[in-house]
Amino acid sequence: MSKIHVQATVNGDSVEFLADPRETLLDCLRDHLDLTGAKEGCGTGDCGACSVMLNGRLVSSCLVLGVEAEGAEISTIEGMADGNELHPLQRKFIEHAALQCGFCTPGFLVAAKALLEKNPDPSESEIRFWLAGNLCRCTGYDKIVRAVQDAAAEMRGAA
Amino acid sequence: MAKDEISGKEFKWIGTTPDRPDGLDKVTGRARYGADFNLPNMLYAAVVRSPHAHARIVKIDASKALALKGVKAVVTRADLPTGLTGEDLYLQENTLAGEKALYDGHAVAAVAATSQLLAHDAAQLIEVEYEVLPHVTDVDKAMAKDAPVILPGCADHSVPEGSAPNVARMIEFGRGDLAAGYAEADLVREGHYTTEATHQGYIEPHAAVGQMGSDGKGEMWVCTQGQWYIRKMCSAVLGTDPAQLRVTPSEIGGGFGGKTTIFMEPLPLALSKKAGGRPVKLVMSRAEVLRATGPTASASMDVKMGMKRDGTITGAEVNFRMQGGPFPGASPVGEALSCAFACYDIANLNHVGWEVLANRPKCAAYRAPGSPMAAYAVESLVDELCRELDLDPIEVRLKNGVKEGVRASYGPKFKKIGLAETLEAAKAHPNYAAPLGPNQGRGVASGFWFNHGGETSVSLAVSEDGTAQVSVGTPDIGGSRASIALMAAETLGIAYENVRVNIVETGALGVNEPTHGSRATFASGKAMWEAAQGAIKEMCKRAAQKWDIDPEAVTWKDGAAWPAGDNAGKFEPLSIKEIAGEMGKTGGPISGHHESTPSGAGPSFGTHVVDVEVDPETGRVTVLRYLVTQDAGRAIHPQYVEGQYQGGAAQGIGWALNEGYIYGEDGRLQNTVFLDYRVPVASDLPMIDTVIVEVPNPGHPFGVRGVGETGITPPLPAIANAIHAATGARLRALPMNPPAVLAAIKAKG
Ligand code: FES
Ligand code: FES
Repeated sequence: MSKIHVQATVNGDSVEFLADPRETLLDCLRDHLDLTGAKEGCGTGDCGACSVMLNGRLVSSCLVLGVEAEGAEISTIEGMADGNELHPLQRKFIEHAALQCGFCTPGFLVAAKALLEKNPDPSESEIRFWLAGNLCRCTGYDKIVRAVQDAAAEMRGAA
Repeated sequence: MAKDEISGKEFKWIGTTPDRPDGLDKVTGRARYGADFNLPNMLYAAVVRSPHAHARIVKIDASKALALKGVKAVVTRADLPTGLTGEDLYLQENTLAGEKALYDGHAVAAVAATSQLLAHDAAQLIEVEYEVLPHVTDVDKAMAKDAPVILPGCADHSVPEGSAPNVARMIEFGRGDLAAGYAEADLVREGHYTTEATHQGYIEPHAAVGQMGSDGKGEMWVCTQGQWYIRKMCSAVLGTDPAQLRVTPSEIGGGFGGKTTIFMEPLPLALSKKAGGRPVKLVMSRAEVLRATGPTASASMDVKMGMKRDGTITGAEVNFRMQGGPFPGASPVGEALSCAFACYDIANLNHVGWEVLANRPKCAAYRAPGSPMAAYAVESLVDELCRELDLDPIEVRLKNGVKEGVRASYGPKFKKIGLAETLEAAKAHPNYAAPLGPNQGRGVASGFWFNHGGETSVSLAVSEDGTAQVSVGTPDIGGSRASIALMAAETLGIAYENVRVNIVETGALGVNEPTHGSRATFASGKAMWEAAQGAIKEMCKRAAQKWDIDPEAVTWKDGAAWPAGDNAGKFEPLSIKEIAGEMGKTGGPISGHHESTPSGAGPSFGTHVVDVEVDPETGRVTVLRYLVTQDAGRAIHPQYVEGQYQGGAAQGIGWALNEGYIYGEDGRLQNTVFLDYRVPVASDLPMIDTVIVEVPNPGHPFGVRGVGETGITPPLPAIANAIHAATGARLRALPMNPPAVLAAIKAKG
C-alpha cells in the first residue's frame, strides 16, 4: 500500500512523516517520529497508555489513524515539561510515589493534565472517573489520585 | 526517625522518602521500556498462533509468506534442536508447538520481515493444517479418567497407579492425628471452593529485540524480571551457549511474576540467526499476552476444619486440584498447600494436592503463586466457623495465629514474625470500628508469603569524587533503585543523591535470579551491604596506610575513616571523598562485591479489613473502605512499601470481583482484550489505607522483609467474607461478579 505524506505540529514543532494508511497515530509517533513516551498497552482503546492531545482533545492515539493527523496539533508526554521545568503533575507524581513500574505514567499525566485544564478543582470521584480510561496495574490508584489532587491544589494556588 | 534495633543508632536515610532516582525519566517519557528499543537494520517479527485448544499439526507451509519481498525468515519447531528434556523441553514446546498445539494461542511459527505490517501480512500467509483433537480446559474435567490426554506419560513417581492421565504430580503432607483433632472440636465444617485463572495483567506487553549470528553469539534487549533467566532459558531452547548470549534488561512495565520466564523471547534470536544476524524485534499484542503468557492456575479446592467453642482450631485439611496448563511443573499447587494453613498453629493437619494438565496456557508465577487461592478457601471457611460460633474473626486469628518458635504448617520453625502485630494493628484501626449501613458488611482475612533469597551478585564501586555506584542484577519494578540507594547511603555514610544504582546486563555481574519472590530489596540490599563492607575495609586500609597505623585500628563512621580509639593515634578523619580522590595513587580503584544465595528472607504476614456494599438488585459489590496491615520488617522507603500493599490489594480485589479467564465450548479464550478481561480501574476503588508493621527480620542487616507478594492474598477471602456479612450469601466461587452475587442472594431465598 502506498504511503501518505502527513504534516502536523507535535509539541510545537512542525513534523512530517509518511504513514501507511493502516498505521495508527501511536505507531507514527513511536516509529516515525521517535516519540516513544506514549505506550501501547492494548491497542484497543482500553488502557490509556497511549493518551495524547489531538487538537485540544484527549485521545487514545491507538484509536486514531496516523493519516488523520494531517494538519493537527498534537501534544505528547515529551512536551509536558517546559524545558527542565516539570509540570506540577510530573513533580507531584514523583513526590507521591504515584508510579511503580512507570509504564502507565505518561498516559496518566497527559489525561490528568487534560482534566485539570477543564476542571481545576475536581473531587476525588471526578478524578477517579476521568482517569477510569487509564489502567494502572501496580499502584491501586491511591497515590495517583492523591498526586493529582495535590497538583491541582498547587496549580490553583499558583494561578 | 527510624532506629536500628541492633546498634541502637538512629538511621539517617532508612525510612525516609526521597524522590526515586529514575523518577525524572519516568515522568517525561524518556525511560526506555521493552518496545522502545530499536537497532539499525532491524527486522520485525510476527507469530502465527493456533486457533485450536488441542490439535495435531499436520503441515506448515510458509512458501507464500517467504515469496513476499522483504520477508527474511520463518521459523518453526523444525528449526529448533531436538533431544531436550524436562523443563527445557516444556519451554521449547511452549515457544513453538511441536507435534501438537496444546492451547488456544499456542505459537506455531514466526516470521521476520522488513516492516511490522509486512510481518503481519506474511504471518497471515503461513498455512497451517490442523487435525483438531478433543480438548479440556476445566480443572475438574481434566482430572477425569476419560479426559482427553494432553501429554501422555506426564505423571511422575508421586502419582498413584490408576490415576487420571492428566495428573502430573501428587503431593501429600501433614502432622498429628486429624480424627482426634476433629473429635476435640465443637464444630466441624467443610466447603468446596473454586477460583478461575487470572492474568498478571502488566500493562506492558512482552517485547524484545534479539540478534544472533551463525556463530551462536548473540545479544538481546528485553523487558524481563530476570536477564539471567532469559539467558539460560533462551539458550536451552535454542541449544546455544548461555555465556555467548548477552541480555540487557529494559525498564519493565510490570511483571508480577509473569516476566520471570520466557514465552516468545527465543523467537527473535532464532529468526535473527536465520536472517543473517540482522536484529529482530518482537512485541506482543494484548490478545497474545492474554492468550499465551502468564496466567495463574485455576483451582478446585476442598477444605475441612474443626474448631472449639473458644475459637481454638483443632484440626484442618485441604485437598487442592490446580491446573497449570499443558506442561508439568507450572501449577502452583505445592506453594498453595504450604500457604494454606501458614497463618495458623494447628496440631493436626493434612494437605493433599494434585497438579493437573489442561489445554490452557503454561502458567507463570503470579504474585505469591498459589497463596491467594489457598487463602480464599481456608480464610472463607475460618470465617464461616467464626460466624457460626459467634466469635470475632480477629480474636480467633490472634488465638490461633503463628508466632516466633512455632513450627509452620509446612515444616520449619518460624523466627521473628509479625502476624499478631498486623492483627493488632487492624483491630486498633478506625476502619475496624466504622459504622456500617444497610447492605454493607465487613470482612477480615490474613495472608502469608514465604519470601525468597535466591542467587545474588552485586558490586559497588567508589568513584573518584567519593560517590558510589552500585550494580545490581534485579530489575527495578517498583522503586528498588530507591531502596537500594537508601541502604547504600546508610551503609557508606554518604548522601542518597551520591549513590547511583544501575541495573546491569548479564555480562556485568555473576548470575542473579530475577526480581521475584519479593527478593530485590532483601537480597540485592543484603548483598550490597556486604559489598559495601568490602569497599569500607579497603578505604580503612588506605587511611591506615596514610597514617602509618594498623588497618585494624581504623574504623568507618559517617562517611569517613577514623582512628578506632585513642590508642590508634590522633588523626583527623579522612572522608570518602579524600580517600577516593587519591585512590589512583594509593593502590588503585576501590570497590566491593558480594555473591551468595542469602537465606533468612523472613516471611511477611498481612491482615486486611474490607467494607463492601452490595446492591441487592444487581448484585454489584462496591468496595467502601479497604485496610492493609502488613509486616515489612523494616520499611526502607515507606512510600514504595505502601505502594506494594495498595497494588497487591487492588489486584486481589480484581481477582475477587471481576477477573477470570472465560473459555468457550470450543476451548478458545473469549476475553482477550482489556474491555472483556476487566482489571480494576480508578473509579472501582476507594483509597487503600495502609499500616506498615515493622517486626525487623533478623536475617537482614536492616531488618528488611520482602513486601511485594503477601498483599494479593487476603483480598479474595476478605471480600467474600464481607459479602456474606452484607447479604448472608456465601460465595464459594470466584469471580464474585454481579450475576454470581445476585444468584447467591436469590439462592439463599
Ligand atoms: S494502547 Fe491505546 S488505549 Fe491502550
Ligand atoms: S505504575 Fe505500573 S502500570 Fe501503573
